[in-house]
Amino acid sequence: METLVTILAGVLVTVATYLLLSKSLIRVIIGTAILTHAAHLIIMVVAGLKTGTVPIVGEGDPVDPLPQALILTSIVIGFAVTAVSLVLAYRTYQEIGTDKLDKLRGNPDE
Amino acid sequence: MSTLVLAIFIPFLAAAIIPFLYKYLKNIHVGWFAILVPTGLFIYLASLIPAISSGEVIVQTINWIPSYGIDITAYLDGLSLTLALLISGVGALVILYSIYYLSSKEPIGTFYTYLMLFMGAMLGVVMSDNMLVLYVFWELTSISSFLLIAFWYQRKRSREGAKKSLIITVSGGISMLVGFIMVGSMSNTWSIREVIANVGAISDHALFIPAMLLVLLGAFTKSAQFPFHIWLPDAMEAPTPVSAYLHSATMVKAGIYLVTRFTPVFGGEAVWFWAVTGVGIFTLFWGSFNAVRQTDLKALLAYSTISQLGMIMSMFGMGSAALYLGYSTESVVYTGATFAALFHLVNHSTFKGALFMVVGVVDHSVGTRDIRRLGGLITLMPVTFTIATVGSMSMAGLPPFNGFLSKEMFFVSTLEITEAGFFGLGTWGIAIPIIAWIASVFTFVYSTVFVVKTFLGPYKEEKLEHPAHEPKPGMLISPIILGLLVIVFFFMPNIVGENLITPAMNGIFPTFAAEGAELGTHIHAWHGFKPELFMTIGVVLFGVLLFITRKYWYGVYNLFPEKRSINVFYGFVLDQIEDKSTVITNKYMTRYLRDYMVYIFAFFILAIGGIFIFTEAYYFTLPENAPISNFEWLVILAMMIAGITILFAKSRLTAIVLNSILGFGISILFVLFRAPDLALTQTIIEAVTTVLFLVAYYFLPELDKEDTTKKTKSINLFISIGVGVVFTAVALGVQGNKAFDTISTFFENSYELAGGKNMVNAILGDFRAFDTMMEVVVLLIAGIGVYTMIRVKAKKESDQIEDK
Repeated sequence: METLVTILAGVLVTVATYLLLSKSLIRVIIGTAILTHAAHLIIMVVAGLKTGTVPIVGEGDPVDPLPQALILTSIVIGFAVTAVSLVLAYRTYQEIGTDKLDKLRGNPDE
Repeated sequence: MSTLVLAIFIPFLAAAIIPFLYKYLKNIHVGWFAILVPTGLFIYLASLIPAISSGEVIVQTINWIPSYGIDITAYLDGLSLTLALLISGVGALVILYSIYYLSSKEPIGTFYTYLMLFMGAMLGVVMSDNMLVLYVFWELTSISSFLLIAFWYQRKRSREGAKKSLIITVSGGISMLVGFIMVGSMSNTWSIREVIANVGAISDHALFIPAMLLVLLGAFTKSAQFPFHIWLPDAMEAPTPVSAYLHSATMVKAGIYLVTRFTPVFGGEAVWFWAVTGVGIFTLFWGSFNAVRQTDLKALLAYSTISQLGMIMSMFGMGSAALYLGYSTESVVYTGATFAALFHLVNHSTFKGALFMVVGVVDHSVGTRDIRRLGGLITLMPVTFTIATVGSMSMAGLPPFNGFLSKEMFFVSTLEITEAGFFGLGTWGIAIPIIAWIASVFTFVYSTVFVVKTFLGPYKEEKLEHPAHEPKPGMLISPIILGLLVIVFFFMPNIVGENLITPAMNGIFPTFAAEGAELGTHIHAWHGFKPELFMTIGVVLFGVLLFITRKYWYGVYNLFPEKRSINVFYGFVLDQIEDKSTVITNKYMTRYLRDYMVYIFAFFILAIGGIFIFTEAYYFTLPENAPISNFEWLVILAMMIAGITILFAKSRLTAIVLNSILGFGISILFVLFRAPDLALTQTIIEAVTTVLFLVAYYFLPELDKEDTTKKTKSINLFISIGVGVVFTAVALGVQGNKAFDTISTFFENSYELAGGKNMVNAILGDFRAFDTMMEVVVLLIAGIGVYTMIRVKAKKESDQIEDK
């Protein structure tokens, strides 16, 4: 299971990297979101998967609760990042009229 | 007791206080507060003269970075004290002068702050025993000099002069630092005194000569020696009090101080002798030769300063010959050059300081410094004329002024050195007195030009900005004091000689002092009819002749046209560096996110992947994997397919649906991984994110086909796969090698410790509550950011400003 999820995370990182390298702002933003997913998976994997019960006192031998706490924080932060990036893309498009990164370079003579 | 260290830091303290005084005490010129600092320091330092002249040295240490042997050690011997007295004494006079020179309408708070900064740094340079601390203060003097030259920063020439001086002096400073580090590593100490005490152990080291040359480079750039002298004339854009203080009396002497301080270390080597003497004597000639043709009084004084600094430098070079011979009754004679150098160092500060102040007075009074417009001021400004004459005649080396004494001693030294039979002096030595004599003739000529062109001849009021008049008496106090000192030092030179210079000599020639050599010289004005007197008489005769016939031989300057000067070369090199680096930078700084991401990812692959392979971390001892049910296979495969399909999504709706599949897939995985809290949060967040994407898409354009070339695409694919592979390999490598026990067992007591049965919630809300709070802050900031970006538009007016 751990190996399989690690490979899944690897695939997601590959996809995210490819998206980050594209010209379209939207693809870049989706890329960051996918990168976050991959990071969450790998944190879970490193702690070991399905080694116990849910981390609640009295339910038996629990799995490691610490990665879960860290990921919970990260999910929320990841959401904030996505929201800000999206609005930034929206505003950029409003002001400049393009969402293509190669056209956002401005005047080459500057 | 560490009052000496305190003395270094008092000016810095004053620099911090002065801006407040300037702000809150508007009706008192802030210079009156500033002047207290150098006056107090001068009195304090003067009170140490008896102790120093009886042969004591004062050492006080405050620990700074003891683990690296870097301590602030204040070290006061005759040499340090001489310079420290000059710094505080001339400093006090310059501030007094500047109070009348600068009006309160200028930002004088800043001016005095910089000046105090400089004063502290300069005291630090001359009193530091630790080479690295010395370096720090050294660079501080460069920086404060930069700030002071650019005081009238509205003027382009001020800014350029400041930049030039900074580039040249700091480059020299860095090479000096490298030299210091070499010396430090050779002798295992940063203390100059200890280096001097154990100099025998390092003089055969392979780094000895490179270290010497690097240190000399620092000294030559700072003291404006040829060919680094080009910054000094440009530095004359500074206010005249600054020119008088930094660029003639004190800062430019720092290089000379450095040479003197390191004479016991490096002196006695032929390279040192020829480098210091040769550069010095040529600078003496070149400076005086160029000073004659200047039309700006300040430029004339700038070249004359260069020339005089060269003269002092060459004397220190000649004096170092004594160290080569070692102590004997014959070799002591060469130390006379060093003595003369120290004496001239003091004299130069007095007469050159006075002359700069005179130029300031003239400029202030009539509004120009151009000698083609000046003339006939003698009747209108008699006091100024008197000071100018005293200073100029001293500069030219005439009696009864102090310059005469040191000039005569200089001639004696140049003659004595020709009789030495080492360092190839037998053949080349004769050039030294000849060049020195020619340069002195030019010195006489420009000194004459200075006085005659400004004060004699016809008075041309129509060419002046204001009619000439004597300035406020306050402005004349400082130049009068300096002018009086010029005369006092002639009649009583041994006050300085015995109390300051003799102790300084003992520090420069410690091996001689240990043998009980009599290093002090009793200075006489009258030696009898000796060669040096005839040299002076010759200087006067030829000088007068050249001055009278100057319009016939001025054509000689056409041999050195402006377009082939070192200045033009310097400008050319600087422009080329700027152009080339712009071209290179523009090659890789493409202003395109993709390219920057490529650099980052390529670095990631090479660095992380490289280390991974290099350290052989790639053995995967896969732990006992948890079993995989069919359902789990299904979820994971679905996610992989969804992930890969996103790359091919043609419409943005497809992309967002696929992204949601990933998000919700992770929620399911969280359930399977026994993480109910995560699953819940992920579900909610994913739902909100999806909605957010949909809303955003309403405003954003449709995804269109990427119009990238095949080549770019394959590079992107290659990099992505590379990153994915490295990531996976590292993640797998980590899993098999658990080096530490888990710390999570601590949280299993969450009910007892935090009163919560849900461990994850207990961690978030109690154990790591600060994290959670800050996370909320991040959310808040993000919220404000989102709101601002949607709601706030730039105002029309500010748009127009942007356009300009």
